[in-house]
Amino acid sequence: MDLDLMAEALPKILDGLPVTMGLAATSLFAGFFLAVGIALMRLSSFRPVSAFAYGFVYVFRGTPLLVQIFLIYYGTGQFEVVRESFLWPVLREAWWCAILALTLNTGAYTSEIIRGGILSVPFGQVEAAKACGMNALMRFRRIVFPQAIRQALPAYGNEIILMIKSTSLASTITLLEMTGIARKMISQTYKPLEIFLVAAVFYLTLVFIVTRLVAFIEHRLNPDRREAARNVKGKDMTTVAALGSDVR
Amino acid sequence: MPDWMLLLQWGDDGWGDEMVRGMLMTLAVACAAFLLGIVIGMFGAALKLSRYLVLRFVGEAYTTLIRGVPDLLIIYLLFFGGSMAVMTVAKVFGYDEYIELDAFAIGTIALGTISGAYATEVIRGAVLSVPKGQIEAAKACGMSRFLLFRRIMIPQVARFALPGLGNVWQLTLKDTSLISVVGLVEIMRQASVASGSTQKPFTFYLTAGVLYLVLTAFSNKGFGLAELWANRGVRRA
Repeated sequence: MDLDLMAEALPKILDGLPVTMGLAATSLFAGFFLAVGIALMRLSSFRPVSAFAYGFVYVFRGTPLLVQIFLIYYGTGQFEVVRESFLWPVLREAWWCAILALTLNTGAYTSEIIRGGILSVPFGQVEAAKACGMNALMRFRRIVFPQAIRQALPAYGNEIILMIKSTSLASTITLLEMTGIARKMISQTYKPLEIFLVAAVFYLTLVFIVTRLVAFIEHRLNPDRREAARNVKGKDMTTVAALGSDVR
Repeated sequence: MPDWMLLLQWGDDGWGDEMVRGMLMTLAVACAAFLLGIVIGMFGAALKLSRYLVLRFVGEAYTTLIRGVPDLLIIYLLFFGGSMAVMTVAKVFGYDEYIELDAFAIGTIALGTISGAYATEVIRGAVLSVPKGQIEAAKACGMSRFLLFRRIMIPQVARFALPGLGNVWQLTLKDTSLISVVGLVEIMRQASVASGSTQKPFTFYLTAGVLYLVLTAFSNKGFGLAELWANRGVRRA
């Protein structure tokens, strides 16, 4: 073990952290809105719309992310039309291609999570909301969505972690995020163990922080479960917070 | 004939047969890695359910590490680190040349290590969902540990674990694409070689995508059938 090298690698790989987090945050943000749209399309009673959403999800979950990234980054340049269009300045950039691929990918996975959440809202509540005279938008905003999100949160936490890890694939299209920098350092030093260990620690820390964050949000969003747990078990709040999180 | 059909022709003129050969390689690595993953998963689950703290800790550390670090990083580490480790050992025996490890073997080990971590969780969950009363009853009947394992545990654990293992298989299958970055000639590698020599990347990566879709679609069907079979005679709620 070359400790000096590890000390040297530490700040260098840390330089890649903003890129990693930027990729993950941007695509998770955009992917979430895409996912809500796709989930609603999937639940639509108009067949062509739900079939389109189903096809989208099927294709993006059935193929590796690497294929999607390569198809967008290397593939789109094959066509003259694309190269001459206004899209080219975007599709030429590795950064935007990675964002696009990650967004579409997480959109597909997240839409399934959200769909599950929406389906878990008891039908009687929707009926009651209708009986109260709420229109579709208000029903979604006040009744369905808040509950769907709570139901979906643990699974969504897993998706966030998967996305953080997936950003490492951006290193295959020349982006220098944490894995890219580690890879570059190894090609110079040929000390894979030390450098990858440093990178791994960064990823693990990131993942740990996210799991804690998701557990905290879950705790905040479910006051009902919190109370129930306290009354039944008579335990203090910290234990209950730990009990409430099934994301590890 | 359109351009892309010419490119994907069978034989010496087109890349059709090469792509299908890549697909077979993908399937072979995925199968080998998945089987290895299940074996590792059984040991991992045994570790995590052990009554000794040290063993539980080892199991916990393995799954946390593998599931918290990007797959690409693990693959890189095992590829680079693996051949270095072998060379270090070889040096002890007085062999000084560069040793390159077999891409298939190391790919299988890398993917097996990854899918093993996920399989561990799946199998652990399945073991825990076997009702405790059944185990007690089996013991009360005087079954030996082996018989209990064979007659009570295995049939039920297999059934409970099947859907989760289906996910692990899907994940392993898609992860094989990462092996291409280190040189095994499977679908992705073949696609990048072909697009390099023909300058038609879109055509070939799209083909790659379609081939993966075929593999995942078929295996989904397969796991669906396996679940039906495993649940035969079980009353549905």
